Amino acid sequence: MSTTAVVKKNTYFDSVSLMAISTKANGLDGVEQAFVAMGTEMNKGVLGNLGLLTPELEAAGNGDLMVVVDAADGADIDALLVAVEELLQRKSPAGGEAAVTHRTIAAAAQDNPAANLAVIAVNGAYAGREARKALDNGLHVLLFSDNVPVEEEVALKQLAHDKGLLMMGPDCGTAIINNVALCFGNAVRPGSVGVVAASGTGAQEVSVRIHTLGAGVSQLIGTGGRDLSEEVGGIMMIDGIRALAADPATSVIVLVSKPPAPAVEKKVLAEIATAGKPVVVYFVGGSEEAVVAAGGHFAASTQDAALKAVRLGVDPDVTVEPLDTARVDEVAALLSPEQRYVRGLFCGGTLCDESMYAMLDLGHDVWSNIQKDPERRLGADSPSTGHTFLDFGDDDFTNGRPHPMIDPSLRLARLVEEAMDPEVAVVVMDFVLGFGAHEDPVGVTLPAIEQAKRIAADAGRHLEIVGYVLGTDLDTPVLADQVAALKAAGVTVTRSSTETGQFARAIARKVTHA
Amino acid sequence: MSNPMTNPVSNLFASDLDVVNVGLAMFDEDIAAQGAHVTTLDWTPPGGGKPEVIAALDALDAPEVAERIEAANALAVERIANSQPMLTGFGRALDVVPGMTPTTILHSGPPITWDRMAGAMKGAVTGALVFEGLAADLDEAAVLAASGEITFSPCHEHDCVGSMAGVTSASMYMHVVRNETYGNTAYTNLSEQMAKILRMGANDDSVIERLVWMRDVLGPMLKEAMEIGGPIDLRLMLAQALHMGDECHNRNIAGTLLLQQALAPSLLQTSFPVEHKKEVLDFIASSDYFSGPTWMAMAKAALDAAHGIEGSTVVTTMARNGVEFGVRVSGLAGDQWFTGPAQQVIGPMFAGYKPEDSGLDIGDSAITETYGFGGFAMSAAPAIVALVGGTVQEAIGFTREMGEITTAQNPNVTIPMLDFQGIPTGIDVRKVLGTGILPVINTAIAHKEAGIGMIGAGITHPPVEAFEKAAKALADSLI
Repeated sequence: MSTTAVVKKNTYFDSVSLMAISTKANGLDGVEQAFVAMGTEMNKGVLGNLGLLTPELEAAGNGDLMVVVDAADGADIDALLVAVEELLQRKSPAGGEAAVTHRTIAAAAQDNPAANLAVIAVNGAYAGREARKALDNGLHVLLFSDNVPVEEEVALKQLAHDKGLLMMGPDCGTAIINNVALCFGNAVRPGSVGVVAASGTGAQEVSVRIHTLGAGVSQLIGTGGRDLSEEVGGIMMIDGIRALAADPATSVIVLVSKPPAPAVEKKVLAEIATAGKPVVVYFVGGSEEAVVAAGGHFAASTQDAALKAVRLGVDPDVTVEPLDTARVDEVAALLSPEQRYVRGLFCGGTLCDESMYAMLDLGHDVWSNIQKDPERRLGADSPSTGHTFLDFGDDDFTNGRPHPMIDPSLRLARLVEEAMDPEVAVVVMDFVLGFGAHEDPVGVTLPAIEQAKRIAADAGRHLEIVGYVLGTDLDTPVLADQVAALKAAGVTVTRSSTETGQFARAIARKVTHA
Repeated sequence: MSNPMTNPVSNLFASDLDVVNVGLAMFDEDIAAQGAHVTTLDWTPPGGGKPEVIAALDALDAPEVAERIEAANALAVERIANSQPMLTGFGRALDVVPGMTPTTILHSGPPITWDRMAGAMKGAVTGALVFEGLAADLDEAAVLAASGEITFSPCHEHDCVGSMAGVTSASMYMHVVRNETYGNTAYTNLSEQMAKILRMGANDDSVIERLVWMRDVLGPMLKEAMEIGGPIDLRLMLAQALHMGDECHNRNIAGTLLLQQALAPSLLQTSFPVEHKKEVLDFIASSDYFSGPTWMAMAKAALDAAHGIEGSTVVTTMARNGVEFGVRVSGLAGDQWFTGPAQQVIGPMFAGYKPEDSGLDIGDSAITETYGFGGFAMSAAPAIVALVGGTVQEAIGFTREMGEITTAQNPNVTIPMLDFQGIPTGIDVRKVLGTGILPVINTAIAHKEAGIGMIGAGITHPPVEAFEKAAKALADSLI
């Protein structure tokens, strides 16, 4: 085995492209291990740990590309480097020879006066700068990047506010603008329900529920998860409410957020009075009293939010089927007395939150990596205990790796681990479809589901897996196919994030009391 | 409630979504699949991702600072474009160049001492000392060069530019180019035409004999011809040459014909014998490069007029000495150099030579790119795209890309193939670092050892360090 390292100066690729290239490079015949990455301190640290950090690689900078190939004995290293080089060849942009690529937002905006929105997904260290350039060039911004300092967020949102522009994010994963879903989003029909959301999967869930109820979305404005914090003060949510209030295509407004800072909640709710159209408020764990006092419509769940919005703005008679309690009883009957706990393994933060809150409501001991109560907070390395709800999209799990919606490996391993625990009654999982998500989230999980069930069966237990697929009939893959595949694997399929929480809670109540 | 027609959000909701996508290519496909127009940037971290460079860029981006810079840069490019450099005469360096002495050797690029000079420059220095009669042979010349008795100084610090090694000694004849608009004057040496020449580091008897003939016949005849014919408008001639397929750095065939056409009647009227006149015309015809230095002096005259404008981030000098690449910036007046290591030149080599024989990037000729022609005007010279390893489409791409790092287009020098777009002018330090696009330079390749000469031609780029240092100095000077 021999290792060869090449540093390509001043050559930049984004991290997602590099992961794809590394994966392909690792699949080349004769490659033991290949590593193609930018020369960041983090990547050099990885190479150091692998014992592959040469002085040349050590000298590589953030803007330099590192190619390291560990070749098998007898492999032609030069041929392998040529093959890796071919993987690096950028595809020429569509449009043939007339197509022009730009390096900067300013150049792209000047060349195309019709440009009106920038989607920015670069390392947090550079994100604020790019967002400012976009705003300065008159573009609305969706800032997907995280790790942007809060002072910078405030400055950007203030600047956008002064210019009358939308500043969605940082850490905004979802928006639907003019019926185009951006970043992580689902294909939903156009309609008159406007949404302003401070949570990504929460917004996806609400938009999908609206679609499933037969209505559609006018605009979905993301604010980023920190918008309703004390520091940021809800600048974007307030501007979002005003934008939808002024939008003639919007008949009803839905607000979605994790629990806001109290002072900010008050400020946001004060906007309801002047909106001139009904406003439905779903703040996870929020108080009904405050919402009603402000003239809004309180929603207790994502399902409730969608239902109330559609009733108020589109179809007063729409309904939702209740929880299938017979199925809860069937499942409970299959469990042994020892099996007392629910384990939730989620990709979507709000989906995890909603199920966890359903359990907290019961007063049970619930452990999570996103628990507010530090006493009951679990790290990514800690084993599950009691009822455990893990958000695999949270920073402790994503540090240095892609979001679980793209790379499911950590969650799959955890599923198998949970199956070995004799105290586990039910494992709850979500599967997120849509733009930006894995091309077949159910398919990639099926082998692990099968393995988990077999492990439990071999130990003489029944392990129930409950799955919820967040998606629509317009998504790729379509919702029905993913649901059918889960059912064929013996998975109980729930029909909304809210029902998933209800199911977990109902099971927990039965088995814990048993 | 604000008027919906002037409200950006109402406008957005009423328009087709048109996205600029930055960072993650995968979003491009998703957005396009939904029928929206999307432009995905070829994005790189600004300043190569270096925090101290980004801090400098941010300081230069602060609104009140940026406003001053914009005004200063507008003035800088106005001065470059409005300069009217005229070839007014020729004269001995000792007679015309400011600060020249019998024991001064001017060289290309930023300052450098004898012991650190590249092979080609050492070869040229020793050859020049023999030519001047200051040393009997090359060995003695090397001893003299190391003795401390010779004053080495950059051409650029004496209103001069020098091709390749740029070695200029007291009795060499210089172009005299006067900037009619702003009154300053620039100087440069005469082309030696061949490959085995002093500026490329060659220094044998044939090289010295040619220099003697240039001093005794070519130079004086050109001087007399100019006295007879009067000044020649070089910017006008440059513009014509670009329309005829030159980029006036690596391709000079049209420019040389135009210059010869302008000089010929006066050359015929000089007092020299006919055989000398024939020698001179044969010499001009022996290489297309004859006018190469002329365009360098033209560019130097214009750029010096744009140097020293407070607050300007426009580059006024890019020059290499074979070891270091140096830039000077308008807003940092005088002889403040910002340097980084000279780079390899990539391109076709003469038969028998390999890339490892190459000396590093050398010469003041990047003054042409600093003005906006040479590599920046590749799209004007489709005939030589093979020389720089590209296709015609790539040549057009070079010019377009240089537009991203420059301040304006020069309306006086245009490119037919780009619908008569002006050449990209006024390299902006901020834009170079913000985009990660380095200026492209067309240039010749000299052998790394003294005494051999030119072995190829190709393209190269400045080291980014030079721009990083300049940005930090600009930030310090402006805040």
